[in-house]
Amino acid sequence: MKILVPTPLRQYAGRQPAFEAPAATVGEALSALTATYPDLRKHLYGEDGKLRAFVNVYLNDDDIRYLQNDATTVKDTDILSIVPSIAGGRL
Amino acid sequence: MTGIAEKAAALNNDEILRYSRHLIMPEVGMEGQLKLKQAKVLCIGAGGLGSPLALYLAAAGVGTLGIVDFDVVDFTNLQRQVIHGTSDVGRKKLDSAADTLGEINPNVEVRKFDTRLSSANALELFREFDIIADGTDNFPTRYLVNDACVLTGKPNVYGSIFRFEGQASVFATKEGPCYRCLYPEPPPPGLVPSCAEGGVLGILPGLVGIIQATETIKLILGSGEPLIGRLLLVDALAMRFRELKLRKNPDCPVCGVNPTVTELIDYNQFCGIRGEEAAAPSTIKDMTVEELKQRLDKGDDLFVLDVREPHEYQICNIGGHLIPLNDLPKRVSELDSSREIVVHCKMGGRSAKAVDFLKQSGFTRVHNLAGGITAWAERIDPKVPKY
Repeated sequence: MKILVPTPLRQYAGRQPAFEAPAATVGEALSALTATYPDLRKHLYGEDGKLRAFVNVYLNDDDIRYLQNDATTVKDTDILSIVPSIAGGRL
Repeated sequence: MTGIAEKAAALNNDEILRYSRHLIMPEVGMEGQLKLKQAKVLCIGAGGLGSPLALYLAAAGVGTLGIVDFDVVDFTNLQRQVIHGTSDVGRKKLDSAADTLGEINPNVEVRKFDTRLSSANALELFREFDIIADGTDNFPTRYLVNDACVLTGKPNVYGSIFRFEGQASVFATKEGPCYRCLYPEPPPPGLVPSCAEGGVLGILPGLVGIIQATETIKLILGSGEPLIGRLLLVDALAMRFRELKLRKNPDCPVCGVNPTVTELIDYNQFCGIRGEEAAAPSTIKDMTVEELKQRLDKGDDLFVLDVREPHEYQICNIGGHLIPLNDLPKRVSELDSSREIVVHCKMGGRSAKAVDFLKQSGFTRVHNLAGGITAWAERIDPKVPKY
């Protein structure tokens, strides 16, 4: 499946906008991503091992919090989006 | 917004002519134009997002436009803050914006609030308006705007940008989610780069601000499908618009079933003290630009390390060895720990992190150049451009 990496996190993911991960679940896909780019891990996960509160992950257009989180099963054609909060605007 | 049309005054002949392209379309018509005239919209910030937002709302005939801003126009704003012009540099953004809006549409009442939005003034301010348009640039104000919107029952027309990506939505309506349903907590300081650090494509706030203006006008007219429960993602480089579903979180601390946030809190504290990155490294010895100049002139053996990005190095440099901050861990072997090292970036933020990293890696003779190359340009060598 394809994982879309947002601009603020691309610098920790080889500066690539997307990552192809062979995976059966959301958790496997994210593990494949952070195994390839270990620097990304601390930006996605807190010390408790949970996804950080300012990072959301969407399977296609659905928030995985409202599916089965990491255990959500995926198809090859699905797209996983990492969507962190961004604050820019006035400046 | 109920009752707006009932108490609406009529349009005069000049206004009928001005708004004719609205009046002849059934989706707006006289009824819609009167709703716009009676509407009161508060724009938080007159910067990148606030510029196109306020310009189009004024042109469309929104009767009362409030603007909250305490900043002054500078040259680096002009690349995207199109409500201000070159001759406005040095003026208050509020005054500059009010002049531009008055020129575009003198029928609009512009209300200027020369203040920093805070927990002390937000609720009172928001109660005077129908819709709040959030054009802020920082997390504390974003959470403040969101919570104050939920507490006062005002829709929050949201937009946010980074480099060439943007987000837009409508939060805090009765039926829809709020910003905290999406992001319960802000990132710790330092983990996400700011626009001043990361840059922003000048047209992007134009795109996102106009999406906010569109949503604001739809809310006033009560027509179309507003971005409630939907997060619009804009990628200007790929020119792709995607949409994600948002849900109202029943456990949301502010708009959930049993809210724990029932009044405004200290948002700097909320955004500042959480996370391991929050504590600023305190053991770093700063060097001033004057000290560096003096020691270089004296012929001291100093190794100047520049941790900015290559494209920044192209804008200006002081001859330092370039290793971007993110590459430092894998390129640290290029450095000689027996030499005295002075690290600089643009303003001093990234170099402080670099110094911290080098100290953890065993370097002992490392200094952070306070104020970075910007301070060097200001106080040592005016030929070095500021950016």
